[in-house]
Amino acid sequence: MEAVEKLAFTIEQFYAFVKGRRIMAAKCTKCEAIMLPPRFVCKACRSTNLKWVELEGRGKLLTYTIINVAPSRFQRLAPYVVGIVQLKDGPNLLGMIRGVKPEEVRIGMDLIVDFEPPEGGAWPAWPRYYFKPA
Amino acid sequence: MKGKPLASIASAGLSKFGRRDGLYARELFLEAVNEAVERCPNVDLRKDVQALFVGHMGESYEHQGHTGPTLADWAGLLPAPAVRVEAACASSGVALRLGILAIASGLFNVVMVGGVEKMTHRTTAEAVEFLAMASDFPFEQWHGVTFPGLFALMATAHMNKYGTTEEQMALVAVKNHRNGSLNPKAHFQREVTLEEALASRVVAWPLKLYDCCPISDGAGCLILTKPELAKRFTDEPVHIVGSGQASDSIGVYEREEFTSLAAAKEAARQAYETAGLSPKDVQIAEVHDCFTIAEIIAYEDLGFCKPGEGGRLVEEGITALNGSMPVNTSGGLKAKGHPVGATGVAQAYEICLQLTGQAGRRQVEGVNVGLTHNVGGSGATAVVNIYKRG
Repeated sequence: MEAVEKLAFTIEQFYAFVKGRRIMAAKCTKCEAIMLPPRFVCKACRSTNLKWVELEGRGKLLTYTIINVAPSRFQRLAPYVVGIVQLKDGPNLLGMIRGVKPEEVRIGMDLIVDFEPPEGGAWPAWPRYYFKPA
Repeated sequence: MKGKPLASIASAGLSKFGRRDGLYARELFLEAVNEAVERCPNVDLRKDVQALFVGHMGESYEHQGHTGPTLADWAGLLPAPAVRVEAACASSGVALRLGILAIASGLFNVVMVGGVEKMTHRTTAEAVEFLAMASDFPFEQWHGVTFPGLFALMATAHMNKYGTTEEQMALVAVKNHRNGSLNPKAHFQREVTLEEALASRVVAWPLKLYDCCPISDGAGCLILTKPELAKRFTDEPVHIVGSGQASDSIGVYEREEFTSLAAAKEAARQAYETAGLSPKDVQIAEVHDCFTIAEIIAYEDLGFCKPGEGGRLVEEGITALNGSMPVNTSGGLKAKGHPVGATGVAQAYEICLQLTGQAGRRQVEGVNVGLTHNVGGSGATAVVNIYKRG
């Protein structure tokens, strides 16, 4: 764990963890605030005493939409569901909701995070996480 | 100090909105400037105007950056200093705000405020991609949410929390298209029925095509001066008596709630406070209806009704042209069009016409106090201004 503690609290590092199938957030050791996306200064108290914590990746769906007109990058997936999920550990994340028919998606449903490998190619070389029914 | 004008609008101009083939942004801007000069023969642009603040969101459309001095040149303002403002769809709302601050500081006697966007020569896919830049890249765009998608997330939350319906959202489109049909400068000058709006294709459920504003070309321009100098330029000045601006997180997902815009509520609070007025004093408003749900949320954020009652306001015709509180008499972004950088100033233009009795077939009689509400992106920027007839 000592090695992890030395890693910068950056968006790039967040996605490096996603590549390893983990959702990691920055936790302020002074005021306990959990920051997702991570920042290297606490949003609440400006402390720089932070540690990486792994989030469980389970949560409830707060709201969603069904994207019919998609950007070119995602056209092959349309129509697809995107939602905002409140994780059990507190913070929210936005991601695609898969493994459930769009018409069966409901606010409040229990979801769990899953991961897909990076696409490669042009910047940014980030992998994606998504949510599926728990 | 409360209610004392911060600045006065001596003149205003607006280009025709819509698809303006064969014209560059700077040419559209000149069209708006010309109208402002025609309305105000006493202004000598080169001699009187001391600075230009101009809203312009995207350099991608025309492969053109550094638009401040370019537009100052075409407007005939050289060597006046020029500032281009980018705040997504609130670019010229913020430019107007800077113009107000410049005048209120006492350092400037006369400034020009403008806004422009030329969008329709690009493909819809390109325009949509440029617009998406106003949302968070690493945590929103990267995960497949589109701009309509972000407002759709708010719509779903609003429907779930308050029982707002797709019909109520569609009624915003019906109302604004009706108003647009009376505005010769509107992009769409055609009425739509509730059935047509509801049957239009889904863009990002629950939002359909008629819930979304179009991609448009257009420009607007205002000439601001000190209240005590206003009569030198015009017999009918419009005073800006209240002004507010606020920011929020760029990511919608980070916010505490999705059924209101915190920045808009804060900007409204500041505007009412500086004006010494309350929501019930407002007689007419232009609000940021980039999507129909945004107009419903605007009613609530501005205090025209309680949270959750916005849908009912449009359903009962209260915000219709002949209602007790007309909203978006110009047709709004929905029908007048939304050349993003021009919208904030275009809203002020409509309020000026209404307060000075020049709004033609859509004129609302006896209005003295108006309000504009301009939102950038998905709510990370909001500007609210309150106007009084001079």
